[in-house]
Amino acid sequence: MTQAPEKFVGGGVPRKEDPALVTGRANWTDNIKLPGMLHAVFMRSPYAHAKITSIDVSAAKEQPGVVAVFTGEDLLDEYEKHPRENPAAVTGYDVSLHDRTQGHSVTGETDGADGQDSDEPRSFVSWIVHDELKIPHHDPLAHDEVNFAGEPVAVVVASDRYKAQDAIEFIEVDYEPMDVVTDLEEAMTEGSPLAHEGFGTNEAYTWDLATGDIDEAFSKADVTVKGHYLQPRLIPNAIETRGVVANPDPVNGGFTVYTSTQVPHITKAVLSSYLGVPEQKLRLVAPDVGGGFGSKLNVYAEEVIALVLARRMGVPIKWIEDRSENYLATIHGRGQVQDIEVAADSEGKILGMKVNLLADMGAYLHLNTAGIPLLGAFMYPGVYTFPAYSFECIGVYTNKTPTDAYRGAGRPEAAYAVERIMDALAAETGLDPAEVRRRNFYEPFDEPTDTPAGIQYDSGNYQLTLDRVLELADYEGLREEQRRRRESGDPVQLGIGFSTYTEICGLAPSQVLSALGAGGAGWEMAKVQMLASGNVEVITGTTPHGQGHVTSWSQIAADVLGVTPDDVEVLHGDTAIAPYGRDTYGSRSLPVGGVAVHLAAQKVVEKAKKIAAHMLEAAEDDIEFEGGTFSVTGSPDQNVTMTDVAGAAYMANNLPEGMQPVLSEEYFFDPPNFTFPFGAHICVTEVDTETGFVKIRDYFGVDDCGPIINPTIVDGQLHGGIAQGVAQALYEEAVYDEEGNLTTGSMVDYLIPGAPELPNYTLERTVTPSTSNEMGVKGVGEAGTIGAPPAVINSVVDALSPYGITHVDMPASPWKVWQAIQDAQGQEAGTRDADRSGRPAQAVDSTDTEGGSTS
Amino acid sequence: MIPLAFDYEVAESVDHAIELLGQHGDEAKLLAGGHSLLPIMKLRLAAPTVLVDLGRLGDLNYVRDEGDHLAIGAMTRHCDMERDSTLGEHCGLIAYTASLVGDPQVRHRGTIGGSISHGDAASDLPSALLALDANFVVKGSGGERTVAAGDFFEDYLQTTLTPDEVLTEIQVPKLNGAGWSYKKFNRRAQDWAVVGVAAVVERSNGSIGSARIGLTNMGSTPLRATAAENALSGADPSSVAEATSSADEGTSPSSDIAASDEYRRHLARVLSRRAVEEALTR
Repeated sequence: MTQAPEKFVGGGVPRKEDPALVTGRANWTDNIKLPGMLHAVFMRSPYAHAKITSIDVSAAKEQPGVVAVFTGEDLLDEYEKHPRENPAAVTGYDVSLHDRTQGHSVTGETDGADGQDSDEPRSFVSWIVHDELKIPHHDPLAHDEVNFAGEPVAVVVASDRYKAQDAIEFIEVDYEPMDVVTDLEEAMTEGSPLAHEGFGTNEAYTWDLATGDIDEAFSKADVTVKGHYLQPRLIPNAIETRGVVANPDPVNGGFTVYTSTQVPHITKAVLSSYLGVPEQKLRLVAPDVGGGFGSKLNVYAEEVIALVLARRMGVPIKWIEDRSENYLATIHGRGQVQDIEVAADSEGKILGMKVNLLADMGAYLHLNTAGIPLLGAFMYPGVYTFPAYSFECIGVYTNKTPTDAYRGAGRPEAAYAVERIMDALAAETGLDPAEVRRRNFYEPFDEPTDTPAGIQYDSGNYQLTLDRVLELADYEGLREEQRRRRESGDPVQLGIGFSTYTEICGLAPSQVLSALGAGGAGWEMAKVQMLASGNVEVITGTTPHGQGHVTSWSQIAADVLGVTPDDVEVLHGDTAIAPYGRDTYGSRSLPVGGVAVHLAAQKVVEKAKKIAAHMLEAAEDDIEFEGGTFSVTGSPDQNVTMTDVAGAAYMANNLPEGMQPVLSEEYFFDPPNFTFPFGAHICVTEVDTETGFVKIRDYFGVDDCGPIINPTIVDGQLHGGIAQGVAQALYEEAVYDEEGNLTTGSMVDYLIPGAPELPNYTLERTVTPSTSNEMGVKGVGEAGTIGAPPAVINSVVDALSPYGITHVDMPASPWKVWQAIQDAQGQEAGTRDADRSGRPAQAVDSTDTEGGSTS
Repeated sequence: MIPLAFDYEVAESVDHAIELLGQHGDEAKLLAGGHSLLPIMKLRLAAPTVLVDLGRLGDLNYVRDEGDHLAIGAMTRHCDMERDSTLGEHCGLIAYTASLVGDPQVRHRGTIGGSISHGDAASDLPSALLALDANFVVKGSGGERTVAAGDFFEDYLQTTLTPDEVLTEIQVPKLNGAGWSYKKFNRRAQDWAVVGVAAVVERSNGSIGSARIGLTNMGSTPLRATAAENALSGADPSSVAEATSSADEGTSPSSDIAASDEYRRHLARVLSRRAVEEALTR
């Protein structure tokens, strides 16, 4: 162990994880090979909505290498009747824990939607957002009805994956196709096909929130602006697809389940509940996990079935998802229709905001499906303060892959709508987009501050990030270039788009969740243990899947303990090592889990200080701790190192009276509030008005996530986050045809941008410490994804504004941009402002060519 | 994403490949890079029972100066054409177009012969070869024949190759000072072209002497923009925009999630104008 005089937090410590990852030596789930292991492959429905009239697996069972084939009916006895009974099986948001622990239905549905006859629908849902929430029955293998294309209907178990895949072709399923609903707005019209006919409606729930007097705000407004925006459905696309290995342990009668997940602790609880395996008989391991972006914040049918098969067949079972399955069977994100309306005075000061959402649930409720859009409910007011706010969200069932958390989860949707409407407000009032934002900012604050959505922001200084990004981008220079291009009729027009965003991170304070009517268990656990050698093990309940916790947590522990990061090992992702944990999602790891590491390490130092005082025969108050050394105040020569103390604590032959041996301390941190990172972004686009092609020329961002632990990791999170935001704005969209087939079912059709499509980022930081934790940290995992989409679209619309174009939906493909220009040019001059925002007409000569014009 | 079972044979020579094709008939497919074939096999959209791998035929990997034309071996990889100095000097259009195919991984495995034989109208090289008036040398059990690029592509993924024939060489005339351009329009660098336009323009006393334009993804095969070529013949460079406004004449582009028929036609016109204008600067 090294006594470390220097500090490591804030320094660019190289990621400990990278050498193995970049040389292909990581331990992915698919690398796990166990003796006697069999391989499962699922047969999936080609129909989005159909009755299953018969399944014949007899021919498949005869295929070479096939050991067993099961249908949904075959496995019905394996599931518990009330799978959601374990309170730990919730992700922290469940409003009806009480109801569920009473073991009766929380839906009020007792007559068995979709034909099931149990009292309570069996489902993966854990976030029950409303007492009236309609929960479709959702068994891991469909048996009487399929509700989305890709839903599993049978499973083949064979000696290898190839043989299992080949045998699938010998299963004969008879389907009776039913009417399909895919479009959200159509789903809410009278007479629409129903995703679940038993409900009599496609509405899953309606949830609302209101503060202030919204009617008064609109009645006294000088201006009002409206927006109608579409949030495309997105496919998370973690680079490692899902996969699971379930291994029976004949000695203790339990199971070890290796699964590519963000949430081993939650998965353990859900599997325990779902299958009646006692919690103490289940060990969950998340090996090295290649990304999740929220898609692995879930528990899936295939994980349940793998454990069922291991239990039933008594051998290890492996299932690895292929990319085509990943597109169909792993949750999707976003998928909303947003209506937003803002009332303001003539100076551009907001008086009130109304938000109405339709949110696509897909065919079933996964863990958090119903709640994701509601994370946005608290975020629509953004960085702007005003007196009245109303929000309503209708969850809508469709015959499509279920939705759930995808990086940002509800907050990118909110940031997009509010930042788009701020540009509309700028246009309506004639103010510069930067100025209209500034007029509505909170004054800088370093105490918790009330928001229009009824929560409290921790700290903020929005002016600072905006001022700095304007300088960084040379805003005046950009506007000058834009003017020149417009005047010269350049076919390539320049766009400048803003986004000043905030977000909710650090999920989640149990008490605040409760006050919001949303369950609890938002804490996180850390244990810091000094070994006899003086080296350190940190056990964390967070579960990294690319974030670099091993590096960051090492830095945090090293600084508190006075050692180097190399002296610290971080253990995670295994419920046998970390029995308690609430896992990784919602930018919670640092502001909850990292803070727990910091506080546990402080407890170690407190105890070590007592031992050092005993060893030095001094009073504890006279002991100073600096750079890994305890010394007596005023007598620096009288000292012992942390190594000495760790050794003494371990040997336990010279400890203060009554003190327990070893230095090992746990901390369960339950934060008093969320954290609210923020930032200001400017996206500069060049729009080819002849082809519609949008090129991002530059991207400037000034972000504030509080003090940072590792700048390289923070930059990486922002680069990747902005890339995913750009992807949503310009490239990605899950497209379904009318029969409910996913037409963008591969990486050829679902466009994930790569390095050639993305700009260089010019990023800076400001530091406004959070008031929600002792370290002041806020989290950064989702910031870029939340900030970027409106900056990009605002930029595209800004470039096209001389045509009178006031909106282009995401993804702003070249075709869509070109079509918008065609439509605008097809209109008579002077009527181009005829849209909902009421944006003033640009002075455009109607005979001008498509190469832009003077404004 | 797991293909049906298939047998794998390594061709030791072109004649051996022809012999293997003769044995297996149309159950066999040639593997010449595999970046189109293997993905569709994994999706089980194609299920050949035998793959005949041409990957060891190093003697089909060459670019030779044959005096009036260049000869390119069918197994020459895109990355090799991209950097080949002979191509760079005498036929920059091929070197440049090869540099736009797929991504670096694809260019290090994919071959010119594989790309042409697959006959995909959305591939870049076929339309460039059409604009160059290239010839293809084809060998089969009945002997060797030479097919003009303009006669080679018959329909969607269909060429004049018979099941036992192997494309062995591509012959392209030297440009001899003619200007060239390839304009590829796609969403992402790695994608197939939504529309692509290859142009070869010869100058004559300040006017356009002749222009040949090849269109990518404007129909079931790569196409020539004959009407625009005629309009450009002998035209003044200032009239390029007008002359290329007929670039989509005679095409039948598809409508899909990337583009409508109408938008593809528009792109063909814009890109043809830009390609000819750029060719005139080279």
